[in-house]
Order: sequence, then structure tokens, then C-alpha cells
Amino acid sequence: MEQEKLVIQSAPHIHSPMTTQKIMFYVICALVPAAAVGVFYFDIRALVHLLLSILFAVLTEALVQRLVHKPITIRDGSAIVTGLLLGMNLPVAAPLWIGPVGAAFAIVVVKQAFGGLGHNFMNPALAARAMMLAAWPASMTTWTSPFDGLATATPLAIMKTGISDATALPTYWNMFIGNIGGCIGETSALVLLLGGVFLIYKEVIDYRIPLAYMATVFLFSSVFGGNGFDSGLFNLLAGGVMLGSIFMATDYVSSPATPRGRWIYGIGCGLITMLIRLWGSYPEGVSFSILLMNIAAPLIEKFTTPKKFGEVAKKK
Amino acid sequence: MRLKTLKGGIHPPANKLTSQVPLVTLPAPKRVVIALQQHIGAPCQPLVKLGDLVLMGQKIGEHPATISAPVHSSVSGKVIAIGPVNFSNGKTVDAITIENDFLDTKAEPIGSGKTIAELTDLEIRSMIREAGIVGMGGAGFPTAAKLTVPAGKKIDMLVINGVECEPYLTCDHRVILEQSAVILNGIKALLKATGAGHAYIGVKITMEGAIEKLHEAVLMEKGIDVVPLASKYPQGEERQLIYAITGREVPSGGLPMDVGIVVCNIGTAWAVGHLMETGMPLIERSVTVTGAVKTPSNFMARVGTMVSDLIEAAGGYSEEPGSVIMGGPMTGLPQFTTEIPFTKQNTGILVLTKSEVQPAPMTDCIHCGSCIEACSYRLMPVYLAKYAQAGNTAGLEKYNILDCRECGSCAYVCPAKLPLMHYMRVGKEYVTAKRAADKK
Repeated sequence: MEQEKLVIQSAPHIHSPMTTQKIMFYVICALVPAAAVGVFYFDIRALVHLLLSILFAVLTEALVQRLVHKPITIRDGSAIVTGLLLGMNLPVAAPLWIGPVGAAFAIVVVKQAFGGLGHNFMNPALAARAMMLAAWPASMTTWTSPFDGLATATPLAIMKTGISDATALPTYWNMFIGNIGGCIGETSALVLLLGGVFLIYKEVIDYRIPLAYMATVFLFSSVFGGNGFDSGLFNLLAGGVMLGSIFMATDYVSSPATPRGRWIYGIGCGLITMLIRLWGSYPEGVSFSILLMNIAAPLIEKFTTPKKFGEVAKKK
Repeated sequence: MRLKTLKGGIHPPANKLTSQVPLVTLPAPKRVVIALQQHIGAPCQPLVKLGDLVLMGQKIGEHPATISAPVHSSVSGKVIAIGPVNFSNGKTVDAITIENDFLDTKAEPIGSGKTIAELTDLEIRSMIREAGIVGMGGAGFPTAAKLTVPAGKKIDMLVINGVECEPYLTCDHRVILEQSAVILNGIKALLKATGAGHAYIGVKITMEGAIEKLHEAVLMEKGIDVVPLASKYPQGEERQLIYAITGREVPSGGLPMDVGIVVCNIGTAWAVGHLMETGMPLIERSVTVTGAVKTPSNFMARVGTMVSDLIEAAGGYSEEPGSVIMGGPMTGLPQFTTEIPFTKQNTGILVLTKSEVQPAPMTDCIHCGSCIEACSYRLMPVYLAKYAQAGNTAGLEKYNILDCRECGSCAYVCPAKLPLMHYMRVGKEYVTAKRAADKK
């Protein structure tokens, strides 16, 4: 038989269809409905914020890689995810230059400076948001209400300053569908949850982190929130718990990869969020809680390394 | 009831193209090339010289070591060459080439014609040794050595591996469907040889008809049970199979014997059964030739047939081949040539097309944890790969690289398409080299 040139490579010779690019694509798909709802509530300006953030995230990634002579990997889609998440974390009234600045910070300082995809020690979008919150606190906390664009406060801020008027708080239904003040992409629990279910179904994210996070927030605020299960539900629906627990805390690189570690990490995020919300000076604690747990992730992973197969039997 | 299975693992597409294709006995080729090493352990020394006339089933190579298995001529004819040939491991191996006289004159059968009931355990083991039977699932560990229980150990259970978890392969499935009586005889002999009280045959529920067939065969037998298992890879790896069937974990660094179990492939049971019935050594076996060939087939083929002839027998390539793999797609060895001899432990020949072996673009590790979830040994391939790349033996040892059984599940699931199995092997090399150096 005539000899063909045959390919020799390491087994296995078949691979799952999942790729990094596909994962990013699924995440984008899951985020788009929530972003669209944000645009629906907060008008075309929200769309401009989102597009600018994405554009600058992708551009800076390409630029940095060009400058340091690394292959340009914007096709993997991770910069789009970072830009989109960042845009969704902005208040719609913030100045338009703030998204691009945040995106550049996220990509240059948090991601590329540490080695690019897979090496960022924090969630880039969240780290950028924390930086902006510290640098431009007024711009980052000026909230407007859906549709009319009038100045308003987020439910959490109302809670924080004390409820003088019980009617100032939105109904649970409005909080659930997102008809409240807040960041562009964080208000609609309903759509974010649907995105989360999609990602869990596609086996992109592990249910452990969001479940542990949400359960901790619910239980902790039910016990210490002063209003029983009402507080629990309120804290679950208000602010960034949905967006944070489903899309930000589950960032692979900055969360533990071990199954047990993911439970601990999710619970930790929930606890810190509630500590800040109930007794901290900020009304909202999702960003900081996730960032703190990002830093703890390698340690958690180290202590939750699974016991290898056959280890138990040996000690007998 | 929930089906028994292992923890972790993966579900690659089964692609069992040939599960409904009956075994076809191939005519013996004009010449056979009998490799002198078709097993784990000491290579055989030739027992014949150039020009000698040999009989079908005659022993032509042997080594006195315990961990070794003799080889036999699969045809009758004349020795026309003794020397190195290309081999499936990518190296060369010494082999004896025999020109077939097409008479199939049989050598004296092995054994004295006694029934299994009349034979002692020692007699059965020495017959198995004499017949050159090795693990037929792919590893090729000499079966007689496996069945020899050291003093102080007791075997209470024989596990028969009928799960055939590699995608594409159906050679075991067909043998179960067509020759279950032979398998049953083999299991009886294996039970006697090990002194085990009970045999469990692990079979996947997705192997159509196999469970029914085996149930039928063992219906009247005491102490032999069929265990239906869920379909999952790597369930055919012996430690995972033991866990799936019994819930026992073989200790790390130990052997199945340490938990009172011996595992044999169902193909091995067939070979033993065939030996008991005919007295013939292991000179033919079932093999699946599949993938990008014109007629994917299951053959009963003589050991020593050329792989190129087997591909030809399956109609030849259906399109330009990308890789030719000995074994299944998860752990099989890719070949640079098809001019290599078929051996006792070859389960399948898989032809993949050029587009199927096109490597997917690699990205950096995104730390998704898929490999950790897939690893049924509960290792952390994500760390091991990094340590292997850095040559960090301390890290490799700390994260138990030597417990990796190279099933390839981590590399299969990796979305970054990192060659994790390759890194595992590199890591193992580092650790074994360091341990060898430490000993000196």
C-alpha cells in the first residue's frame, strides 16, 4: 500500500467541542439580554456606554499585544466580555469617557500586565469599576430612574440612608424585572437569572458559586437584616448580587477551580457583600466582596485540593 | 435504580460504527510477522532459526522471566526472516517472519485434554502462560503473572472488564454477542486459577444485546454475575471499573490485588476459554478496523498480519487519512507507517481524517476547572501541566502526578485545547527520573 504522510500527536485524538472562544461567546449571549433590558430602561445612552466600553477593551488589548510583540488574541472574545461587563457596571448618567478609561485600565493594568488571558488575579472589569469608584465617586454613584432619567437613588442607597418614607422603596416586582435605579446591566434579576440558567445548562459556569453566593446573601440578610425574609429577598434583588454572582464571581481565572473551593468562595462573597451592606459605609458591597475573594481564591484552592483516588484506602 | 459508574469522567461520542457488524474471520496472509514482544515485560528470545519449518501454534519465542509471555506462529510454514521491524510503539522490535504454506498444520495442543473441573489452579496458570495469553484490553500484561496471587494475599473477586469504554471500538462487544459460551468457559478457568469466589462482568448498558447475551450465558452459573454499568469514560480503566462495580478504591501506588480483586479483560477471558476448548495458544484475536475506511469492520485476524492488510481488508481508506491509530481515540498510539505487525493486544485500528486531526487553536489556560472535574483520580491537571512545563518535580510529586493513569479525560475536555495528557507524561518522566537519580 502506498504510504501516506500520517499525523502523529499525543492522545487523546478526539476533543470536546468546547473551546475558549465558544465559552466567551456563550457568556456574551447570556449577557446580551440583560444589557438589552438596560438599554430599554435607560435609553440609547446606555447603548453608547456599552459599545464604547467594548470597543476600548478590544482596542487596548490589541494595542498592548502589538506593543509587546505578542500574538493578538482579541478573537478569543475575552476582551469583549470584559468590556461588556464593565459597561453593564456603569450608571447611565456617568460621563461617556469613563467607560473607555475603565476598559483601558482593566485590560492594561489588571489583565495584560499580569500576562493576559488566564493570568489576571482579579476580575478585570470589577477591578476597573473599583478604581473608578475611588477616583470618580460622584460620577459613579449618580443614579437615574428608568425611562424618565430623573435623579433617583438605588434601593440599597435608600435602605442605607434610612427609610423615611416606606413608599420610596420599589416593589419586589419592579426590582425583579429591573424597573429601578442602578447600573445599566444589573437591575433586572429576571433576565440575569435566565442568562445564568443558560450558562449552567451549557456547562459554562458551575452552579456552585452563584448558588452559594445567593443563598448566603439571602440567609444572612434574613437573620441580620432586621426584617426577616423580606430583608433576604430585598438584598437578593437589589444591587449587583445577580450580575455579580452569576457573571463576575464565576470568572474562571480569579475564582477557585476546585468544587469544594467554589462553595467556600461563593459563601465568602455573600458574607462580605452583606457585611458591607449592613454595617459598612458603602451601600453596595458586591464589587469589593468579589475582589477580596478573588485574592483569596488561590489560597482557597490550595486548601481544597481534592483527596486523590485511593488515598482513603491506604490509611486503613 | 441508578446505574453504577465512576465519579468524574467524560462522555465522548461513542461512534461505535461497527457494533452491528458481525466478526469476519480473515484468511491468513501470505506471510506473518510475529513480534517478539507483544506484552509488558521481558522480550522473548527466538526459539527457531532461519529456514526452520514451523507449525501453527508452535512456540517460537520465549523468555524465562515471570513477567513475560511466549509468542507462537499463527500459521504453518517456513521462517524467512528474523530481525527488527517497525512497531506500533514508534520504535523497532525484533520479529520472526514466517512464510505461510496455507496448510494450517497444527502443533500439539496445550494441556492434557482435562476439563476445567479436573485441572488444578496451577495447571490452569501454566497453560495460560504456555499459551502466551496477555491482557487483551490493550496493556498486554502477562495474564499468568496477574493470576499468580502472592502468599498472604487473598483474592475474593474476579472482575471481568467488558465495558469497552474507548469510542469506536467494538471488538469486545462482538465477541460477547457471538462467543459468549467461550467467554463463560474462560471465566470459569480464571475463577479457578485465582481462587476467587465470585466473578462480576462489568458491561455498559449501551452495548446493545451484550447484557442479555451474558445474562443468558451465566443464568445457570453460580458465582458469576453481570453488572450493568452506565456509559462513561474511563470506566474500562481497571481501578475505575473496580470502583464502579464494588465501591472499593485500589490504594494509590497499590494493585487491585490489595483490595482482593483481579481484573481481566473480557477478551482475555475469551482467549482463556478458547485455550480450554481447543488447546490452541493465542494466535488470533478480534479487532475493529474503523473510522475513515470504506467498510468499517470487525475481524478475527491472525496475530502477525500487517496492519496495512487489515486496513485493506476493510476496503482501504475512504479518504486521505490524517492519522492511523492503534487502539481507540482516547489512548491509542498514532502510527507513522501501517507496515507494522498486528499483535495480541491490538484492540482496534482507527483511521481519522485530515480534518478530524486538525489541531484546534490553543489558548492559555483559563483556569476553568473542567480538567479537575473530569479527572476520576481527583488530581489537578491544571497544576500538573504547569509544573510539568516548568520541570518542577517537587510540585509534580506534591500533586500526585504518578497517580495519573493517562486516560486523557483532562485533555479531552480542555477548552483551551492544551495537550494535557502529553504534559502528564512529561511530568511523570521528570518524577521517575528524579527518583531514579535519588536512589543512586
